[in-house]
Order: sequence, then C-alpha cells, then structure tokens
Amino acid sequence: MATPKPRVKVPKKASAGEIITIKTLISHDMESGQRKGKDGNVIPRQIINKFTCEFNGMKVFECELDPAVAANPYFEFNAKVPESGTFKFTWVDDDGSIYTDEQKIAVN
Amino acid sequence: MNKRTLAALVLLGASPLFTAARAEPVTETLEIDGEAMITEAPAPKDPPGHPFDVVKSGWLYREPDTRAMEADSFENPGMLNVEHGEEVWNTVEGEAGKSCASCHGDAAETMKGVGASYPKWNAKAGKPFDIELQINACRTAQMKAEPYKFDARDQVDLTAYIKHQSLGIPVKIDLSAGDMMSWWQTGKDRYYLRTGQLNFACASCHEKNSGNYLRADHLSQGNSNGFPTYRLKQSNLVSLHNRFRGCVRDTRAEPPKAFSDELMALEVYVAWRGEGLSIETPAVRQ
Repeated sequence: MATPKPRVKVPKKASAGEIITIKTLISHDMESGQRKGKDGNVIPRQIINKFTCEFNGMKVFECELDPAVAANPYFEFNAKVPESGTFKFTWVDDDGSIYTDEQKIAVN
Repeated sequence: MNKRTLAALVLLGASPLFTAARAEPVTETLEIDGEAMITEAPAPKDPPGHPFDVVKSGWLYREPDTRAMEADSFENPGMLNVEHGEEVWNTVEGEAGKSCASCHGDAAETMKGVGASYPKWNAKAGKPFDIELQINACRTAQMKAEPYKFDARDQVDLTAYIKHQSLGIPVKIDLSAGDMMSWWQTGKDRYYLRTGQLNFACASCHEKNSGNYLRADHLSQGNSNGFPTYRLKQSNLVSLHNRFRGCVRDTRAEPPKAFSDELMALEVYVAWRGEGLSIETPAVRQ
C-alpha cells in the first residue's frame, strides 16, 4: 500500500461564531483482517482505528473506526469557530503510524 | 385450476433475474465542482442504427449518495487515484530517462480532450488503441521502459489522470480513420452475441433491460464515459476492460483477454454508443 495521504478541506476564512463544514479524506486500504490472499492465508488487519480533530488544542471531533469501514475513509462534520487558529487532524493506523494535517483559518 | 394452467403460471414467473421492478433514471443535472456535465445527449446518428433516442450517463441510474459523491471532487475517492496518476505522469522511468511529462509537458494542456477521442485508430499497429495501449506504446518506444501489465495500479491511475483532463468534454471518436468501421462492426456483433451459461449478450442487460432492476442493480445503458470508474464495491478504480471481463464472467462465460481484438472492437462500439456524453473520469458507481 502506498503511504496514506490525508486531504482536508477547511474554509480559509470565517466570521466569529460561524458554523463551518470540514471535509477530510485519507487514502487507506482499510484491510479488514477477514480476507484471504491468493496464497490462502489471512491478510492481517490494518486499518485506521482513530481519527481526531483539534482546534487550538481543543478537541472538536473524535471517532473510532472499526474493520467494517470501507477503504479511503471520508469524514464530514461541522465546527463553530470562535477565533482565528489552526485545525489539527490526526489519523492513527493499526501499525502505529500517525498521519497528520494542519489547516489555518482566519476569523474576522 | 387444472394442472396445465398452473404449469403455465409457474413458467411465467420463472424469469428470476429480471423482475418487473422498473424505475426511470433521475432527471437531475450533474455538476462536478460547479461545472455542468452532459449526462443526456441525442444518440449519434452516424452510422445509423443506434437503439436509443437519448443516451444517458450511468450517473443517472445511481443512488443519491453515490451521485453526490461524484459531484464533489473532494469527496470522490477516485480523485486519490488521479492524484497518484499525476505523480506517475511526472516520474522518470526506463532507459531513455524520460517521463510522460518529458515529451507531453503539462497534461492539463496537452491531454485536454484526448481522453474523449479514444479509442483511436493506430496506423502503425493496424488496430484501434485505447489510452492504456497508447501508454504502453509510449513506454516501449519512447521511454524504453517495460509496458504495464494489465491493471497494474500505475496503469489504471495514469489512464484516469489522462482521461480526467477531458472532464466535461463530450465523447467523440473518429470512425472514418483507417479500418475503424470494420472494428465498429465486429464490436457491434460482439455486443449482441449471447454467451455463457446464462446466455446473455451485452444488450440483454444494457439495452433490452436498461432501466430495470437486476436484483438491487439499476441497469444503465452501459456507457463507457466514466471509466476508469471508482466502484464502491471494489473500493478502487476499475478499468473498462476489467469491467468488460467482469460482465462477461457474470454471464458465466470465459472472459476474453484484456486488450484482445475482441474487447478492443467492443470498446470502439461501446464508446460510439455513448458519444455526446461528457467524460466523467473518475466516475463513482455502485
């Protein structure tokens, strides 16, 4: 599997207290651990098991993922932005890898 | 009720695959990131004999969630493959030390409209080439690299990247070039040829029963304008010849080899059937 690549879409600007929509997508096979390879052996499970979003250190969104989630998990959620700052997104892989992305937003 | 009428009734009900469930495709318009796509077009008139008055994109036959996924390029998981295809485009491979970009430069300019005009007659090979065959010809002749094996990840993603440059441009292939018409005819014969234990032709589902439900599957006209297509079932981008082979396998016949003359002829004919529809690569389907 190629290295998972996160993609995030956050508006560049917003007004104070505005509710914005955030979209995230990450390329990942989400191998369930239930499938067998060509050699008949079980392909070991490897999924993204956790996703979090923080804004200036505050938790905005968090969820755990299970093996039934399809490849390339996509999340869309809303957040209220009180001030300018940075959204930090984190995906945790079964193999311990952590993929992150950051997006700044200016509030006027 | 005597036994004979009962038997007749049982026979009437014995068409288990195609049920009476029928639904018209939706009439919505598809906009990808605000750009309008042509999802319905008058059927091509030349050569005559197109079975439909209006050709329709498979997008119109899909569930609302699936349709929405394609309308937003961010949400479309096939775009991940297109991004990877861009990396492949710029990667130097082979003894000549070239990448696609070495000769073709910026794909956004040089490849615009190219995907909509394939399959195209290749005089040197004496047969029609699709994007995949053209890529392999470039790789061997120009880059001095190994040709891709069928459905290698790089092949599918690069094909999608090239076709994506024609997003929104209507399919129009040149049937006057070389021997294209005889390939078109061979493809047409293949389209109506019944094969397999189920004895189905392409037309059995995509022409005669287009609009009907095959179990949960709303049968489209089987147009190729969205390929390579992100199929949710595979969670991956699927090439046209992979889908051809899948359809033939589903009729319980032995599928022809990818890029064989048989399937290249079929590709020519199927592309013609969908002329006028926008390229939607990477489309999102069930």
